[in-house]
This record gives sequence, C-alpha cells and structure tokens, in this order.
Amino acid sequence: MTTAPTRPSAPAKRTFTAAASDYLNDRTGLAVAIKGLGRKAFPDHWSFLLGEVALFSFVLVLLSGTFLTFFFQASQAEVHYDGSYVPLKGVEMSVAMASTLDISFDIRGGLFIRQMHHWAALLFVAAIGLHMLRVFFTGAFRKPREINWVFGFTLFVLAMAEGFTGYSLPDDLLSGNGLRIIDGMVKGMPVIGTWTSFLLFGGEFPGTAIVGRLYTLHILLLPALVVALVAIHVGYVFIHKHTQFAGPGRQPTNSVGPPILPIYAAKAGGFMFIIFGVISLIAALFTINPIWNYGPYDPSPVSAGTQPDWYIGFADGALRLIPPGWEFVWLDRTWSFNILVPLIGIGLFLVLVVSYPFIEAWVKGDKREHHIADRPRNAPTRTAIGAAGVTFYAGLWAAASSDILATHFSLTMEGVIHALQAVVIIGPFIAYFLAKRVCIALEKKDREIVLHGYESGRIVKLPGGEFIEVHQPLDEFDRWRLVSYESYAPLMLRPNARGKITFGQQLRAGFSRWFFEDRIAPVTRGELEASHSTHHEVTQSEQH
Amino acid sequence: MNRSKRRTGRRHPLATVALLALGLVFTGGAYAAISSGTAAQAEAKPTSQETIEEGKKLFQANCATCHGLEAQGTANGPGLIGVGAAAVDFQVGTGRMPMQMQGPQAQQKPPQFTDEQVKQLAYYVASLGPGPDIPADHLVNGGGDAANGAELFRINCAMCHNVAGAGGALTEGKFAPPLTNVSGVHAYEAMVTGPQNMPVFNDLNISPEDKRDIITYLKYVQDNRSPGGFELGSLGPVAEGLFIWIFGLGAIVAVTIWITAKSN
Amino acid sequence: MAQDDHSGTELAAADSSHAEQEFAGSTGTAVIPHDGFTNPGFEPHRPRVTDEDPKREKRAQRTVYTLFYLSILGSVWAIAAYMLFPIEGNDVGAVRLNNMFIGFGVTLALLGIGFGAVHWGKSLMTSPESIDIRHPIGGTEATKQGAVEVFREADEESGFTRRSVIRNSLIAALLALPIPAVVLFRGLAPQDQLPVELLSHTMWAKGTRLTLDPSGVPIRASDVTIGSAFHVIPEGLAELEQGRLEEKAKAAVLLMRLEPSELNPAPGRESWAYDGIVAYSKICTHVGCPVALYEQHTHHLLCPCHQSQFDVSNNCEVIFGPAKRPLPQLPIAVDDEGYLIAQSDFTEPVGPSFWERN
Repeated sequence: MTTAPTRPSAPAKRTFTAAASDYLNDRTGLAVAIKGLGRKAFPDHWSFLLGEVALFSFVLVLLSGTFLTFFFQASQAEVHYDGSYVPLKGVEMSVAMASTLDISFDIRGGLFIRQMHHWAALLFVAAIGLHMLRVFFTGAFRKPREINWVFGFTLFVLAMAEGFTGYSLPDDLLSGNGLRIIDGMVKGMPVIGTWTSFLLFGGEFPGTAIVGRLYTLHILLLPALVVALVAIHVGYVFIHKHTQFAGPGRQPTNSVGPPILPIYAAKAGGFMFIIFGVISLIAALFTINPIWNYGPYDPSPVSAGTQPDWYIGFADGALRLIPPGWEFVWLDRTWSFNILVPLIGIGLFLVLVVSYPFIEAWVKGDKREHHIADRPRNAPTRTAIGAAGVTFYAGLWAAASSDILATHFSLTMEGVIHALQAVVIIGPFIAYFLAKRVCIALEKKDREIVLHGYESGRIVKLPGGEFIEVHQPLDEFDRWRLVSYESYAPLMLRPNARGKITFGQQLRAGFSRWFFEDRIAPVTRGELEASHSTHHEVTQSEQH
Repeated sequence: MNRSKRRTGRRHPLATVALLALGLVFTGGAYAAISSGTAAQAEAKPTSQETIEEGKKLFQANCATCHGLEAQGTANGPGLIGVGAAAVDFQVGTGRMPMQMQGPQAQQKPPQFTDEQVKQLAYYVASLGPGPDIPADHLVNGGGDAANGAELFRINCAMCHNVAGAGGALTEGKFAPPLTNVSGVHAYEAMVTGPQNMPVFNDLNISPEDKRDIITYLKYVQDNRSPGGFELGSLGPVAEGLFIWIFGLGAIVAVTIWITAKSN
Repeated sequence: MAQDDHSGTELAAADSSHAEQEFAGSTGTAVIPHDGFTNPGFEPHRPRVTDEDPKREKRAQRTVYTLFYLSILGSVWAIAAYMLFPIEGNDVGAVRLNNMFIGFGVTLALLGIGFGAVHWGKSLMTSPESIDIRHPIGGTEATKQGAVEVFREADEESGFTRRSVIRNSLIAALLALPIPAVVLFRGLAPQDQLPVELLSHTMWAKGTRLTLDPSGVPIRASDVTIGSAFHVIPEGLAELEQGRLEEKAKAAVLLMRLEPSELNPAPGRESWAYDGIVAYSKICTHVGCPVALYEQHTHHLLCPCHQSQFDVSNNCEVIFGPAKRPLPQLPIAVDDEGYLIAQSDFTEPVGPSFWERN
C-alpha cells in the first residue's frame, strides 16, 4: 500500500481496500498478527503434513456432524419403523435408530453426509496415530515440545472417546453389543465397577438413558475439549515454530521453509480441500457402518464378526488374548483379572507413551532446546523402543480381528489367538532388536558414504589386475545432512558433593547405558581427512 | 402319514401361533419324538421306482465307500437312513458331498452331479426312511415378509453367518459359510437338516412361513447392493479400518509427498 | 546434574555464535565433537521450469483455472444430482445412486479447489524460502526475572505466603467444593434401586414357560428335536411395557437338545435337564455378549465377541477364551400340557462378573 497510484482511476479502488483493512485493523489489531505470522516459515516435509490431515479431517467431522444433528434424535423411546428400508419396516426400534435410518434412506444426501462423517472420523484418528508416530520417531517431542506432546496425546484419547461415543449413538445391534462389552468391562472393575455401570446406564443395562448421555458427550463436552486442545496444540506449533530436518543452512536457531503467506497458505488450504475431497470420494463409493444390516439393538442377537471401530480394536484385542481362568473370588469379592489385566496393561502402555519425552529428557540430561528433527536411525534406541511399542499395539489390534483372520486365511481361531499372544509378548523384543540393528547398520552405512563417497557404479581395473568401484565423494551439502546429528554418550557415574552415588543416579546411568552404549558417532573432519589420505592412492592409481 | 394335514396348516395364512397350535394338534408327541418336526413339507412328488433305482446305482458307485452299501453308515461316514431328500439335495447339490478329504468340515465346491442325478440320489435316500423333503418352490422363491425374515435371521442365524450373511468363524478351523450366493432351496434345506455343525431348525422352531421370510430377506440382501456403495465384504469395522489406513491414509500420504516435493 | 559436566573437559564447546548463546543450557550427556563439520549454508536456489519457460508458466496457469472451473462444475452437478436422483419407492438402488452422484459432484468441487490451489502454490507463486530466527521459548533472562518479580510482588501485596491461615482455609474450601457436584451425579441412576439386587434376579421363576424369541410362542419338550437350538425368552417378556430390553438382557436363554447320554451333569444338577434338553443363559460370563454359536456335533458354544468357548455337554464349562465361569444353567421341567417351564430362576447372577458377586 505504499506504492503511489499511477492512474487516476486506481486510487478509488485502492483506497477502499485500504480503508476497509484500516477499519478492521484499528478495531482488531490484526496487522500485528499478520505482520508477525504472515511471513513465518513452515519447513517442508511430507511427514509434517500428517497433523494437518488430522486437523482437516476433524474440521470435516465437525461440519458433517453439525448437519447430522439437525436430523438425529438421541432418544431410546420405542417406535415402529416406517421408513423406506423394506427389511426393517414395522420393526420396533429406538427413535435414535429410526432417525439414523431416516438420515440414510429418506433424506437426500443424508447417507452421503453420514458416511463422510464416519469415514472422516476414522481418518481423523488414523491421522493422529500416524502423526504421533512421526513426532515420536523424529524426536520432535524434545524440549520445548514435551508439553505439546501431552496435549497431542490427550487429543488422541479424546478422539477415541469421540469415536466410541459416536459409534454408539445409532443404537443398532453392533453398537449395542459394543456398549454391552463396555458394561461388562466396567462391571469387572474392583470396588467401583457395579455402581459405575449402574450410574452410566441410568439403571440396568441397556436402559433408556445411555444414548442421550453419550450424545451430550459426543456433540458438546468432547468436541469442546477437542477444539480447545486443538487451538492450544496448534498455537504451540506457532510459538515453538515447526521442527525441521537437518540440512544445509538449517540451524537449531532458525526455521526455513516457504512463508505462510502465500505459498504455505495455498498448499495447506488446497490440502484441506483435497482431504475433504478424498473423504467425499470414499463416502460416495464405499459403505460404512451399514446399520440397516445390523438392525436395532436387542440383547439376544449378535452378529459374527462383531468388532469396534479400528481405534478401539487394541482394547478389544487385549480382552480376547487373555487365557481362560483369570478370575477369582477372594475375600468374598470377585476379582476379574481377565478384565483388569487388559485395562491395566493398556493403561500402562498409554502412560509410557505420554511420559516418554520426560523419560528420555531425564536420561539425557540435555536442557537445550531441540528444533532439528532426528532421523530415526540416528536415535537407534528410541526407534527400537518405538518399534517395540508399535508391535505390541499391532498385536493387540490384530487380535480384535482374530475371527476374521481365521476365516480369511483358513486358520483356526485358537491358533490365531495363540500366535497373537506370542506376538504381543515376544514380538516387541524381536522388533526392538531388529529395529536397533537396522538403525545401527544404516548409521554405519551413512558413515561409509561420508568417508568414502557414493558407489558410482563405475568399475576400473587397477594396474595389478584388481577391479575396484570408483566412489563419488559427497558435496558439502549432502555431507552435512549425514553428519549433523546429536550423539550422546552413556552417563559416567560420579559421586555427588557428599561423596555418594544416589539410587536415582544409578538408575539414570543404567538407562543411559541402555540408550547410548552402542552409539555410532557422526563423522568428524579429522576422520574424513584421515580417510582421504588412503583414498588418495586410489585416485592416483586411477590416472595410470 | 399326516403329511397332508401338515400341509393344510402351512397353507393357512395364519400367524406363527396359530400354525404351531395346529401343527401340534395334528402331529402329536410320538411324531415329534422321531425327529420329524422337520418331516416332509413338500408335495410328495411322484417318484418312480426307476428314479430310485438310478439313485441307488449312483449311491453305490459314489457314496457307499463312506456311508455303506445300504446307507447304513461306516466308520468314515454317518448312516443316511432317515436324513431325507433335503439333506442329500443340500450336501450333494452344493458340492459338499462327496467330500474330497476328511476335515473339520465339508467344503463347498462345484457340484459333481447334474441336477437330475442329485434328485435321483436324494429320492433314493428318501426311500430308505422318512425325512425332510426338498421344499416346494413357493417356500423358497422369496415371496415372504423380508422384515420378519430379517428379525428371525438376526436372532437365529446372524451370530454364525453375520448379519449380512458374510459368514463367520467357528471353533477349531470350522466356519459358517457366507450366504451371499446360496440358493433359496439350499438355505431351506440347511435349516431343516442342520448340516455339519449347524443346529437343526425344525418347523416348530422356525415355521415354514418364517423360513420363507428368512429366505426372502436373504434374497433381498443378495439382490440389492448396499445403498452406501461397495460393501468391503460386509465384514464390519475391521474392513473399514483397514480400508481407511491403506487406501484413505495411503492416498493422502501420496498427496502430501506431491505437495512437499520440490517443483521442477 | 553436576556429573554431566565431564563432557566439557574433553570436548570443545559448541560453535558459539550469538544466537546459540541465547540457547545455552546443560548439554547433558550429549557429545559435541571439537572438530565437527560446520554448516555449509544454503544450497544455491534452483529455479523451476515455470520460472524460466513462459510457455510452461502459461500452461500451469491454464491448469489452475481449469481446475477451479471444474470445481464449479462439480458444485453444479451436486445440486443437479440432488434433483435428478430422488429417493423413491422404497428403492435401495435409488439411495445408492443419490449417494454416489451427489458424492461425485461434491468430490469434484472439493478436489478441483484443492488441486488447483496446491498447483498454484507449487508452480506459480514466487516467494523464495523464508528464514525465521528462533528465540528461546523461555524468553530473555530479563523477562524471566520480570515474571518472577511480578509473582513476588503479588505475593507480598496479598500476603498469600504470610497469611497462611487464610491461604490454607481457602485451599480447604476449594477442595470441598467439588464434592457436592459429585454427589449430585448420584441422580444418574434411580434412587430406589440397588444394582446388586437387580443383577441377582431375572424374570425366570418357578413355572415360567420357555417361549420362542421373538414371538413368545411357548415350546413343548417334544418340539425340541436332537441337534436343535432354540432361542428362548421367558413367557410374558414380549408383552412387558417397561424394561423389556433390560429383562431380556438377563433372561435370554439358549435351549438345546443332545442325546441324554452325551450330558455329564454336575452333582446336584441331574434333574435340571429334561430328556437331553438343556437351557443355558445366553449372556457371556466374560463381558456379556450373547453366546449363541452352537455347534451341534461338538456341542461347543462360541462367543463371537471374544471367542470364549463353552462345552454344553459338560455344564457349559469354559474350554477356551477369556471367560472364567461356566454359563449359568436354567433348571427346566415340563408342565401338564407338555410345555417346557423353568424350575426356578437362575441359581446365580447371569452375565459378566461384578465386584460384589461371590
């Protein structure tokens, strides 16, 4: 707005824009924000967009969900269905189920919005999961982002809760049996179980209150929490500025990438529409949650292949993997370890996930801010721990489809369950070992490349008759990508001022050894020069 | 026998209650005791001695190894006296018999005999002792009440065969087969005879009209594709979850790679 | 953390530019090599084809606006599809077409904008990469000191530390406050009922007839042929005005007939079956799914939710899966008219275990 108008006709128009923006700015102070944020850099890497996938799926979930609330009625009053779907005509069902069927069969485009809502919800949680894995494996949870990891984790849990409450709303046979399982799990909890179930369902299961209660949670309390936490979570991304991978010119003290305005805005804005578009295409072509097949909830029937949506699968799988007999009567009370062990196991797993950044920070004792994302190979122990966690989760997850695995791969269901019990217990150790070895091997390969260059594919014959492959040295930019990573040594125990080694220090030293004892240090200048002197001969002999 | 009286009861357009009452009045306790709650419902077709003779030859050539020359049963196969024509029509007509090998359950395969040969075998076995007959056409043509059928299907069938008839797992490698391609006749015969480990659903449990309604529902599901689009095998949330991870998230990750790739 | 400082003795400090001074902090066990490589700085900027070739630029421009126009077309098509594909005549196929064609229109509208905008950003927008300088999240020392000072002053002015009686009584009051809120939630469940009482009884009573689910037609013993499985509810359940599903969730029963010789009744239960006919609760003792996958030859009952297996010939004891307790058995008999009746209610609570169960 500083350029002077050159044509007489231009000023009127320009002045209007300027006046309008002045008007807004004088009342909102937006200019400060735009000046501060507009040219902020957003580092470019495909994996940095995964959080946006979650965010934009959530936006679509909110939009489509709002549409659905105009038609859905969260009541368990009994009615006789008289909508368009022939095989349910005249069947007694709850108003919730009937109104969901009406959305599907009697409102044009209603099924489309319903399917978008459900598919977007599945994508929402999946994207959160993948985003968390990205943050974990690149160490993007290190100082100053530990707290934002906790917010993100909380969002993951809230998203699962959102999903489960939504899944239960139509009051169909599948979701009713899902609630039945929740009821059974709640009842299995010591001391509080029976009463918790009684309060949750407003009396005996299934009662007529649960859909209304879940609806309040699903459309009011949980979304409010999610929106608030999303705002905080994304706000902190602005405050912290995004991490970036090591690269030429990238410093721990800068952040390099396309500016928010205009390129990032165009890409991210466009990306939002692409995500909406992909979900919309899926919703147009693929059935999800065909409640018309399941029919209304009735405590007597059940369908083969009854499972929760994918994100609750790991909990359902954990229940399936418990061997027979883990329940006892002791002190005149029932101790349902077949329910407690999965609950506690999953609880511990989640606590480990949320507290991992603090554990790693304590082990390292590194108080600096970290803004350069690790390549997973350069933190072998963390990557291996992650691989073990993923295997554990995947084992539980697969167990939730044990019956489908059995029928589709012509196995026995007992065999599948026994195999998955082994996967959940032994699998993490194997995954840990493999991942660690692979990381270290890759680090060694990186060192080789830095020291001796790429294999060029060109074979030359030495005067002595020996064949060798010529190695192409790296340029300084590529070299920087391979050598600029943090490396940690195991902690050396030293007595403190009072001449004692505390238990805490011993523990920390133990962890530190576990994490870092077989570390591979990045190549230094000295090492490169040393290797060059040996290389020199080869290069010279090439001349002959 | 009281076959004709049973038929009268069936034709009567009365509700299940009335039907059962009638059926019970006419049949009596002794009748039920010999597992003939499922006794022939179809009109007794004039089966000539010739058909039975042909069936006997086929039986002795193809079935006698396991089931015995007189269908009395051996160590390898059960006796077939009294199983009725329906059982044979189902087992042979769907290719389950002759079995290829002993296993947890007979597998469905392309039938080995022509329809005529299947009928000959069926009537030969039916001639050995009374049992459920092949159902009449009007019971299996899908002309019943799909809503009643769907409800009965959910209560009696869905726990093994899945609400959409996609099939499901049983113990020790056995499974309830998908019903997506089953014919009305075979579905009916399966209900009355209880093949393999399937329980028997005799006419006092699920009346012939109710069976017709169940078949009507099955046909409705077979004939009408899901309004939402492709069904992903009707396997429920597992298929949906896999789909969103592999294709949904897969497609979107591909897009992220395109978005962040350096443009040339 | 004094122990960590050993790393400094053998290794030089990190490259100490001004900016990094700001980020000072313990390096913990990090190893900072004294002869590490230095950052070579940015790579030379590579121009895109659209920067150099005006023809390519024109083409990219055409692609972008074509995509945006396609998006408009998609929106128009979605509206047209709404009108062209009504849902009529109870036809599932019409719903399918309506869903699919509205969906295609919306998809085109969304993807047109999306791909157009991204393509615009990638090939035509000209901004080079921005470089932001990071500042320590905690702010400068002065800021930190300032914040501490504010708290100190506030504390002094209010006397929050000094007047400990006031402070502690406030904390106590705040802790007590949520308790009434928790108590109010007691109203979530009926005040005049107790869960353990309700869980311990079902509709079954001496003489209640076994009837078919869902029709409520009573069942005679002679109806139940060998190999049959009947899904059963107590007589009168279908007519209940209130609490039908709650009662059904406890009272659902599976009725099966085996050869009497195949049953091995537990001591005291010899009279609970009738001529090989047995009735067991359908509600799984694990977490409550209906267990009704009955295999008539193996006599196994399977729960489709968590794969618990029960052996009907052996009092429905668990042979596989996470359940512990056998399915409760309903003792049955036959009345004067030949109908199956319950001898009594279940002798134990049905369904999933709960704390007060013993």
